[in-house]
Amino acid sequence: MSATMTHPGPAARPAPARRPPVLLHPSAKPLLFVACLLPFAWLLYGALANRLGANPAEALIRATGDWTLRFLCLTLAVTPLRSWTGQPALARFRRMLGLFTFFYVVWHFLAYAWLDMGFDAAAIATDIPKRPFALVGFAALLLMLPLAATSFNRAIKALGAARWQALHRAVYAIVLLGLLHFFWMRAAKNNFGEVAVYAAVVALLLGWRLKRRLQRRD
Amino acid sequence: MHHLRDRGFVHPLPSEITPRAAYEGRRDLLKHLAGGAAGAVLAAWAGRDALAQAARPGKLAPLPGVRSTVPGAMTMEKLTPYEDATGYNNFYEFGTDKADPARRAGTLVPRPWTVAIEGEVKKPRILDLDALLKLAPMEERVYRLRCVEGWSMVVPWVGYSLAELIRQVEPTGNARFVEFVTLADKAQMPGLRSSVLDWPYVEGLRLDEAMNPLTLLTFGLYGEVLPNQNGAPVRVVVPWKYGFKSGKSIVRIRFTEKQPATSWVKAASQEYGFYSNVNPSVDHPRWSQATERRLGEDGLFQKKRPTLMFNGYEAQVAQLYTGLDLRKNY
Repeated sequence: MSATMTHPGPAARPAPARRPPVLLHPSAKPLLFVACLLPFAWLLYGALANRLGANPAEALIRATGDWTLRFLCLTLAVTPLRSWTGQPALARFRRMLGLFTFFYVVWHFLAYAWLDMGFDAAAIATDIPKRPFALVGFAALLLMLPLAATSFNRAIKALGAARWQALHRAVYAIVLLGLLHFFWMRAAKNNFGEVAVYAAVVALLLGWRLKRRLQRRD
Repeated sequence: MHHLRDRGFVHPLPSEITPRAAYEGRRDLLKHLAGGAAGAVLAAWAGRDALAQAARPGKLAPLPGVRSTVPGAMTMEKLTPYEDATGYNNFYEFGTDKADPARRAGTLVPRPWTVAIEGEVKKPRILDLDALLKLAPMEERVYRLRCVEGWSMVVPWVGYSLAELIRQVEPTGNARFVEFVTLADKAQMPGLRSSVLDWPYVEGLRLDEAMNPLTLLTFGLYGEVLPNQNGAPVRVVVPWKYGFKSGKSIVRIRFTEKQPATSWVKAASQEYGFYSNVNPSVDHPRWSQATERRLGEDGLFQKKRPTLMFNGYEAQVAQLYTGLDLRKNY
């Protein structure tokens, strides 16, 4: 035996392959949870401290909409990222990201209904159909309701995995409606720079799925 | 004078009208209070009120104006903070985001500047900025500003009635409209790269609208020259119309026989009409115009306030539109 083996030096550390992956660490989920709440906390602080600019209502409605789209992209990125990075453990974060998408879309709708419409149900009911872009956004919100409602384990069991998965494919319709909502909103000012960025991300995420599906068929 | 739907205009009794000396005296009293007659706390409070109309922010060159005596020109509403009035702007030549003009309008060169007065006038001319500044005495006017998007401000402008200029150039009998053309220089205006509108930005008024004393040829706000993002060095302000009717950074004023082809009518005639008078009962196709949010004043969770007919200038301008169907001529 060589002398080096008797010393608990650097070589004695467990090999990287054996170390429990960071993604499986018990604190990974709580940390992600807090991270997902940061935009909300920042907006809440901005609203209370009056630091959202000249038109805080507009700023809140837009920011919650932006974060809905971002979380939607993050949720849809989980599966491709598992494949690209070889980290299947990423899957354990998908539900939380999906539910945070729902969390931000609910705030997006509440901000509109409250700050823009003063919770006047009749005014909201006439306003939404009047504006195609609002109607499309509202449709996406409605489609998200059954997904959020069936996000817990017992719902998966009750529905059966196949039916549950079929239902949750609605996310593809949701992201396309969300993108159309954003595109239409910006169309009023021909301002498509940011829309193009989101469209490119969504095209990548959905295109990867399409390609995989076609390859499986071959 | 109030206009009630079922009774027409209601005029107050002469005995009900506060004499001018009395309400002007109130301000003097407050100034005296501020001068030290009362306790320090009271003085500070009173002084704030006395100077509330357009305390100079101290950012740009001063441009003082006397309090306007034009009827309707001095609303007593709370002024929008200078930061909001100069930081939240629609001036697409510098970008379509509301923060873009304040951030990017530094490239605009407001001096030297000339405005060409042309078309159906007996005395066409090219006036430089100094000539324009000297053309008539500067007045301070506190106007409500209602954007077509549903927000509003109260801004203390400095300028004089456009009618002063129009009278000097003597429109011919053919002149029925006035067209305002905004500068369109790619070197100074990065937003021109976007095709959002057909540049240059063109706005217009009927000649009688342009002659109304409330139509202001504007050179300043808050007692100082216009910041670039607000349309330096010269713009118009038409307080009873949606904000986009008030062209900024004007280089040409043209008198025409035909109604000018204005930028927003060209871009979306179903949504924006030539008149674009503030009208709570005629909605934009995509949103209601019945209410508005007063920036810098209405709380985040406050209900939006009702929008007033002609933005509250009905008594001064309603007669311009007698017999005109305002629903068709939106």
